[in-house]
Amino acid sequence: MTQPIIACFKLDYGNFILNIDLQLPGTGITVLFGHSGSGKTTLLRCIAGLQHAQQGFLEINGKVWQDSELNLFLPTHKRPLGYVFQEANLFPHLTVAGNLQFGLKRIAKKPGTIDLQHILELLGIENLLKRMPDRLSGGERQRVAIARALALNPEILLMDEPLASLDFKRKQEILPFLSRLHQALNIPVLYVTHSQQEVAQLADTLVILEGGKAFASGPLSETLSRLDVPLAQNWDASTVWPVSLIEHETDYHLTRVAFDGGILSLPMIDAAIGTLLRVQIYARDVSIALEAPTATSILNVLPATITGLTDDRGGQSVVRLKVGTQSLLAHITHKSAVLLNLNLGLVVYVQIKGTSILN
Amino acid sequence: MLATADLDALFLTFKVASISTILMLLFGTPLAWWLARTTCPWKGFINAIVALPLVLPPTVLGFYLLVFMGPVGLIGELTTWVGLGTLPFTFAGLVVASVLYSMPFVVQPLQAAFTSIGEHPLEAAATLRASPLDTFFSVVIPLAKPGFLTATILGFTHTVGEFGVVLMIGGNIPDKTRVVSVQIYNHVEALEYNEAHWLAGCLLLFSFTVLLILYTVLKTQPNVQQLK
Repeated sequence: MTQPIIACFKLDYGNFILNIDLQLPGTGITVLFGHSGSGKTTLLRCIAGLQHAQQGFLEINGKVWQDSELNLFLPTHKRPLGYVFQEANLFPHLTVAGNLQFGLKRIAKKPGTIDLQHILELLGIENLLKRMPDRLSGGERQRVAIARALALNPEILLMDEPLASLDFKRKQEILPFLSRLHQALNIPVLYVTHSQQEVAQLADTLVILEGGKAFASGPLSETLSRLDVPLAQNWDASTVWPVSLIEHETDYHLTRVAFDGGILSLPMIDAAIGTLLRVQIYARDVSIALEAPTATSILNVLPATITGLTDDRGGQSVVRLKVGTQSLLAHITHKSAVLLNLNLGLVVYVQIKGTSILN
Repeated sequence: MLATADLDALFLTFKVASISTILMLLFGTPLAWWLARTTCPWKGFINAIVALPLVLPPTVLGFYLLVFMGPVGLIGELTTWVGLGTLPFTFAGLVVASVLYSMPFVVQPLQAAFTSIGEHPLEAAATLRASPLDTFFSVVIPLAKPGFLTATILGFTHTVGEFGVVLMIGGNIPDKTRVVSVQIYNHVEALEYNEAHWLAGCLLLFSFTVLLILYTVLKTQPNVQQLK
């Protein structure tokens, strides 16, 4: 599916107003990010039809699910979607298998046994089928909930903070499954979260919501590096680049990866050549030089163009740069910015002191 | 020992209670579901009406039913018009009265059970392609099973135990409206204490056993009235 998702909603609760007008890509994971009360869950519920926005237009995969001008509102049970709730929300009176069967019994186009087996394996729940939900751990319950939604062959997967109710260990248990899903699925995923870590790890597209409005929306590194987004000013501001593994330098315990605009050296990664990875680069790990440093211990030195510059009036400047087609943020002192006479359009060299691999 | 008339009264009592319970579940389930889910401003009004028999003396309820179902009453005229005759002093009238009298004992446990299910399972079912009606049968009823058991048992036993309403609306007609509680009253009036003992003992044993099952096996909270 490559047709874009068109979602426009106006919803007035008196003390909270949702006003959304978004066009999102029909592939990959789109993360709806925001603090509690920003309207991210309400937006997801409007898309699922669990909440009925008085004014709304919604088109998924070329089909209109809601058009308030035509008085069209498809009830939730007629929408070909998969929904994963914050609390797994399994039916307590049914076994895991019963929960998985619940939706399957009600759809015409059933997935083959191979597809179903594939989902069970992908989520590692083959051995849980006979258990009752109250005999599962939080992480297992959430994996069953994801499988239950996926088993229906949905045209879109909606996930409402699926990891929020889990502790750190359980999160680490599920995140790899989600990353794997990302590569195995060809349907769009809308994923609600308030965790920056999940954004960095999962998002292809990022929508930042604030006060019921979409504050920023676009490809991940593009949106993360927008200087008007508060995220860029945070001490843990970062950008994420998609890269592919090209070479191992076993002697040095390094791995080289390529991205749109160059090559990075990373600490050795245990993965095959050609593997697609996500590299997170924190703004605080990036420094700027006017000329290519000839003698430096830092391996990753890349030419870049300054595309944005702000000063937080607290002594820190945030610099936005373009490296090839990728965006990058650098946190430097305001004094350095002045001394180096940094300006928009200036070509500089960035030195990346540290990177981390996300998957 | 139990005489034939006593056995007839016992049999009639259980017949009234069984039919009433089935009718109460049939009407009470949608009513309780509506009360549990609605935000309608009339909710409080309907709740109060349903709960009325809990606080009203049975004779008052019986009196009004007698008036309304009698030949010049609104319901009486309607039943006469459709060819059913008038309901007081008939088996059907007894069932109607029992249903109204015991309704809160069915509606309230069901309403509490439905409310405690909450929104989440219903939403999950909707995202799994189940229509609202489908959801009611495949999710709500299984999850509200303890509520249904409590409602059935309380509705049944409460009907078995009624006296005032029966006397007002049913009278004391053998095989038609003479239920156990009335028969015991007859025995006592006739100073037949031995016979009264047998029947009273039967009811005591029956009621205690049912409540024992309710509170031990089903572990229901001893709290019927959830007036909200």
